[in-house]
Amino acid sequence: MAQFILNGQAVVAEVDADTPLLWVIRDELGMTGTKFGCGIGTCGACTVHVGGRATRSCTTPVSSVEGAEVTTIEGLSEQGDHPVQEAWQHLQVPQCGYCQSGQIMQAAALLKDIPEPTDEEIDGVMSGNLCRCMTYVRIRAAIKDAAQKMKEADNGQVA
Amino acid sequence: MRKRLIYGVCLVAIVGLAGFSLYAWHPAIDPITPPSADQFPQEMIDQGEMLASAGYCSTCHTSPGGQPYAGNYEMHTGFGTIYSSNITPDPETGIGRWSEEAFIRAMRTGVSRDGHHLLPAFPYEHFNKMTDHDLKAIYAYIMTSVPAVDEEKKANGVPFPLNMRWLQAGWKLLFADTAPFEPDPQKSDQWNRGAYLAEGVAHCGACHTPRNAVGAEQYDQMYEGAAIDGWIAPSLTPSNPSPIPWRQQDFYTYLRTGNSMLHGSAAGPMAPVIHQGLAALPDRDIQAISLYLSHDEPSQVDRDEALDAEFHEALQSALTDQATIPDARINEGARLYATACSSCHYNGQHLVKGRPLLTIDSSTHLDAPTNLVNVILDGLRADQGISGVVMPGFRDALSDAEIAQIAAYLRHTAGESPWPNLQQQVTDVRQQPRFEH
Repeated sequence: MAQFILNGQAVVAEVDADTPLLWVIRDELGMTGTKFGCGIGTCGACTVHVGGRATRSCTTPVSSVEGAEVTTIEGLSEQGDHPVQEAWQHLQVPQCGYCQSGQIMQAAALLKDIPEPTDEEIDGVMSGNLCRCMTYVRIRAAIKDAAQKMKEADNGQVA
Repeated sequence: MRKRLIYGVCLVAIVGLAGFSLYAWHPAIDPITPPSADQFPQEMIDQGEMLASAGYCSTCHTSPGGQPYAGNYEMHTGFGTIYSSNITPDPETGIGRWSEEAFIRAMRTGVSRDGHHLLPAFPYEHFNKMTDHDLKAIYAYIMTSVPAVDEEKKANGVPFPLNMRWLQAGWKLLFADTAPFEPDPQKSDQWNRGAYLAEGVAHCGACHTPRNAVGAEQYDQMYEGAAIDGWIAPSLTPSNPSPIPWRQQDFYTYLRTGNSMLHGSAAGPMAPVIHQGLAALPDRDIQAISLYLSHDEPSQVDRDEALDAEFHEALQSALTDQATIPDARINEGARLYATACSSCHYNGQHLVKGRPLLTIDSSTHLDAPTNLVNVILDGLRADQGISGVVMPGFRDALSDAEIAQIAAYLRHTAGESPWPNLQQQVTDVRQQPRFEH
């Protein structure tokens, strides 16, 4: 049995300890926004946040997150209005869209650690999130757009 | 003449044997009716709870998924498999009939209530450094607050002749440090408090001091680092290979939170030490242990300033080095690292907590790849390292060859000479029994 916090709600799942977190989120708890890509932690499609940090859920056994706080794309923001999500819409980033929830979760985590990332820093952190439609140019632009919006919002708060 | 010589030798042998028997033999201490809870003041019980936690008693005395303190935790030693004892107050299978005197004798000398010698997997030579007051507090806690569990101890898998318990007396005579704790008058009270805790209840040396061929701690190499439970317990002295030396504040942060940004995370057997053990101690005790571990107190300030300079230089060069990414088309290790690892391990121009910079992490600088490979295989759970944060495990995702390529790449970027036979070492680490806790 696994117990953890999913998007702010305590959840329980009757699964084996070594079940990947991704399977529990999708198949047991019905949150299908997080995608299965490679299954070996090297494409980024399954990225969620655990304890606020981007984590590949396909290679994380559910026993590892016992008691921890897990956030999926469904829980990133209440209205789907996280600055990264807005930038994604504004710049029409996705093409087929399969990788985008992982991309967005990774980008949101990136901006927490590095609020104004350079191209090099975006590449350094985002290179594990593959996009087979090759929308990398728009992904990078959206991250910078979101960073700018977040900075303006922060400045607004200070003033 | 010849006869007399033979008689003489025999006499010496007999007297010697008799003397040793006398030394090795310990009487049973009479069983008692289990004490009632109101025999002990609450303050004493609370103190005992804190100390039992700081000594991680339950880590070795609880089997995975088992009842706390009920024993049967499986330990793989070089001398066979050992199962820990049930130390709940159950009268039949636990220590419910042990008097305070019997408990203290066991903690100080490794002799059970019935007089048989306990194996030194139980680090009594450390607990012997504790005061009677503290030992009595642990007794009070166990007898009053730990639920009694009826669980027979499994038979050890220690082969003949090592399973002859009287041999343990000889081991003790030759190897165990039986001296009580002596404060060093040259040092501060805080340092001595740290020494008392680290050498006694926390028994740091049990893992971090190398052992000799018969499993005894080599006190002349105290805290120099050792292999334990399929992991490496790194050196706690200046011989530690981390490029950034450990300052008092680094020990403190690590022991309090399970992670030092400049050195790494508490994984494997060290995770419960911090999160289930030392967590019970107040800040001032963790500070004291950190001071003790950070050595030469008199020049502490000067030393820390020198270390700070060294620290900034090493960190800056490690951060700069991240920018030099080899061609992923030819360097398979770099390619795998970029796809599987760097999203979490890459840092920008500043080091961020939760983004472990592996070029300065102790796991890439140790002589053996064991710790690095263990973490790549099984990751970190939310209750290990930084609380609430996890690392995925790649046991079922990456092959030995791929893990070896990543490890080789990291070893190279850390500026160290390659680990020999790395892929075979990955295979060996993968196959060893997984540390359970």
